[in-house]
Amino acid sequence: MFMKFAMRRRMLALCGMVAAALFLTQAMAPTTARAAEPIKIGFSMALTGALAGAGKAALIAMEIWREDTNKQGGLLGRQIEFVYYDDSTSASKVPGIYTKLLNIDKVDLVVSSYGTNEISPAMPIIMRKGLVFMSLFGLAVNDRFKYDRYFQIMPAGPVPKEDWSRGFFDLAMAQNPKPKSIALLAEDAEFARNAVAGARINAKKVGLNIVYDKTFPFGSKNVTPVIRAIKASGAELIYIGSYPHGSVGLVKAANELGLKAKMFGGGMVGLQFAAIQKNLGPMLNNIVNYDFWVPEPTLKFEGVEAFLKKYQAAAKGKKVDPLGHYLPPYAYAYLQILGQAVNTIGSLDQKAIAAHIHATTFNTVVGPVSFAENGEWAKTRTLQVQFRDIEPNNMDQFNHAGKRIVLYPKSVKSGEIVYPYK
Amino acid sequence: MFSGELFFNAIVSGLLIGGFYAAVALGLSITFGCLEIVNIAHPTFVIFGSYVTYILNVNFGLDPILAGLVFVPAFFVLGMFLYRFYYASFERAGQESLNGLAFFFGLMFTVEVLLILVYGVDYRLVSAPYIGQTWHLGYIDFPLRQTVPFVVGTAMTIGVYLFLSKTFLGRAIKAVSQDRLALQLMGADPIRVKQYAMGIAIATAAVAGSLLIILGPVEPSQGRLYIGRVFAMVVLGGMGSVSGTLIAALLIGVIESFVATFYGPSWAPAVSFGLLFITLALRPQGMFGRA
Repeated sequence: MFMKFAMRRRMLALCGMVAAALFLTQAMAPTTARAAEPIKIGFSMALTGALAGAGKAALIAMEIWREDTNKQGGLLGRQIEFVYYDDSTSASKVPGIYTKLLNIDKVDLVVSSYGTNEISPAMPIIMRKGLVFMSLFGLAVNDRFKYDRYFQIMPAGPVPKEDWSRGFFDLAMAQNPKPKSIALLAEDAEFARNAVAGARINAKKVGLNIVYDKTFPFGSKNVTPVIRAIKASGAELIYIGSYPHGSVGLVKAANELGLKAKMFGGGMVGLQFAAIQKNLGPMLNNIVNYDFWVPEPTLKFEGVEAFLKKYQAAAKGKKVDPLGHYLPPYAYAYLQILGQAVNTIGSLDQKAIAAHIHATTFNTVVGPVSFAENGEWAKTRTLQVQFRDIEPNNMDQFNHAGKRIVLYPKSVKSGEIVYPYK
Repeated sequence: MFSGELFFNAIVSGLLIGGFYAAVALGLSITFGCLEIVNIAHPTFVIFGSYVTYILNVNFGLDPILAGLVFVPAFFVLGMFLYRFYYASFERAGQESLNGLAFFFGLMFTVEVLLILVYGVDYRLVSAPYIGQTWHLGYIDFPLRQTVPFVVGTAMTIGVYLFLSKTFLGRAIKAVSQDRLALQLMGADPIRVKQYAMGIAIATAAVAGSLLIILGPVEPSQGRLYIGRVFAMVVLGGMGSVSGTLIAALLIGVIESFVATFYGPSWAPAVSFGLLFITLALRPQGMFGRA
């Protein structure tokens, strides 16, 4: 009788344990499955069209970050997955892409495409959802939106339009005797116009006489008359905001016409790209132009060389900028910041992530990054670099120090200016 | 700011770029002007020409102009096949007006995407000993980067003009859109004539592409920038008039150069297109077109 009772108790206990195990398994199952679900990061990117060269290079950098982070356990213990669409460098496609990312693909986090023109159209959609928006190389986008969860990785500075060219003017006005006149030239598109608008303000602030102030059509092949008109204006400084086609034409025309000036350059996009640098060769010598990263000893931040090694290996088969100095480190860094913030907060709470990014200085491959209230870098680090001793037809030279000397800002300065330009 | 130096340099600079414009517009002058085929993909074939030039220049060190010329036969054949396809798909069925336009739109994007897939999206440039060199005649500058495209572009346009004016096939090409029946009565096959005409038009794109990449960097989507301008030159010059296209191209080049030098470069396209509107209002057939 006692034995039967004891056996029944043992059976009941066993059944209870099995039931408990089943319950626990069932209860745990969704949690385990959730933990295994990847975190989706959504974005549009210029993979075709005029800015595709930069967009594809950025995507390579972003994929390197994803692989690096997934190897280290991902974000919040979950692997990272990208959901992205080609915006064809067309601003009109961007709102549709972000609407799809948020409403159909149900991404957890969003970051921007490359460039001002592709960032602005996404802003109203992102703002409506209250998401943190890390953006890649937008100039003064948040001036209009004033969105407190917007962060921009290009080191333009808290007053982007003016900070962009501040270094150029600081360098010019430090010369003795000080220059007195300037020519301003902008290619007719948003970034270039913004850059020159800031230069105009800076020129007036330091009392320079603006003797030429014009725009030229986007993609124009014949800029020789423009350089000739600038030459005739007798400007001592020449500040240009242009895109790659225009930049190449202007540099070639300046050399062909023997342009003489105290300083020439400023905001010319394209002079940072390896293929263009190789082609222009010695024509680049003494030009002072903006840049964001060059292989000077003062800019060897932790992780940047390892990143570039990976980038250059990955870029070989992809037919994009083979050196990747200009944009890719920043495309890696804007995800580094987002990742660090998510892991520190321990959740995807957008308000908390935004507050954390505002309050923190992040260590990234582009150095320490902290943000001002408007989401721009707290302090400008738009470099002014001067091309020096450039040899013809040699791309490898740009992978080494001594060819693009950092003149500004002082914190990362690597050499003295050669003045005048010619 | 006005000076003799600026004035004469503006004229020379405008003529130099005008010679290049003529090379780009020449093919369209044949297809649109003579064949009445709205080939809006023509600038994309020019970009294609730039890429083949790039390949031969970078890999074999061939001069960009020679590289363009090497590919002329291949582009000629490509143009002939293109017309055969266009004819079989649209023209024979009388659907060339809207469907044909959609076809060339599609072709433009297809060629562009193919270039991206094969060559990527990075900027492509060529090197040649004359790029960066300048000849000086008094105070007038002749940058060879623009002078070489001018010489080649103008020579090609004059060559095509002479071919169309002096040979039987050339006259047949000019006649094919005017009186197809009369052409058949003369023993010529209009389809074959149009096929050759399209071949010549696309072949000129190979050379124009080589001139374009001498002037500056090229990337696959760049052709779109030229669509409006080349159509304007063909219409301004007069439909079917190659000599008119050449003069219109030089005129637009000079006007753009003048406006860029003395007023502001951003106004240059507006002034050029303004001239087009005025010309069409006063002379709808264009400067050298037949009424």
